[in-house]
Amino acid sequence: MTEIKVDVRGETCPVPLVETRKALRRAAPGDVIEIIGTHPASKKEIPMAAEALQVELLSVEGEDTAWVIRIRR
Amino acid sequence: MAEKTTIVVQSGDMDKLYSTLIIANGALAMGMEVSLYFTFWGLERLKKGGLNKGPLSQMHLLGLGKWMVKRRMAKAKVASLERLLADYKELGGKILACEMTMEIMGIRREDLREDLIDAYGAVGSYIAEARQSAVTLFI
Repeated sequence: MTEIKVDVRGETCPVPLVETRKALRRAAPGDVIEIIGTHPASKKEIPMAAEALQVELLSVEGEDTAWVIRIRR
Repeated sequence: MAEKTTIVVQSGDMDKLYSTLIIANGALAMGMEVSLYFTFWGLERLKKGGLNKGPLSQMHLLGLGKWMVKRRMAKAKVASLERLLADYKELGGKILACEMTMEIMGIRREDLREDLIDAYGAVGSYIAEARQSAVTLFI
C-alpha cells in the first residue's frame, strides 16, 4: 500500500477535484490519497466526489481554508 | 456504464469556454463520462492558436474588459484554458467537431488541433449520446 500526496494549496475550482481524480486513477486499490488544500468549496466537494466514485472517505480535518482530506481507493 | 454529461459548445466567448471546461472537468472528476460538441463559434476555439482568442460575452469593451477579467483570474489563480483542456483530455473527456460548421466556415481538419478531436460528426452523433446522458447543456 502506498500513500499518495496531492498538494492543491492555493488552487481554486476545479483543480482540487481534478487533481484528486488524477491521483485516484494512478492509485492501486487500497492506496491512500492525502489531499491538502485551501479552497473552501473543495472541502465539501471532494467528499461528494469520493461518494460518487465509491471510494472510502477516511477523514476530513482542518478549517475551510486549510484542510486535509484522506481517501482510500 | 458511468453516467454521462454532454455539452454543446456553440459559443466561442472566453467566459463561456471557462464555464464549459470547468463543468466538464468537474463531471469527469466525479466519475461521469463527458462529451463536448464544438459547433459554430465554439469550433473557432479549437483552431490552432484559437483557444484564448474569444471575447468576453459581456463587458468586453474592445478588449479592456477581457484584459481586466484575465488579470483578476490570474490573481485568483484560476487555471488557464490550456490547462483545463489538457486535464479534460487526461481524464478521458471526448471532443467532437461539427462537420457542418467546418463546411460553412471553410475550416479544414488541418486548421484544427486534430490531436484533441476524437470524432467529426453531425447532430445524430450528439443526439445518440445526449439521449443517454444524465446532464446535457447548451453553452
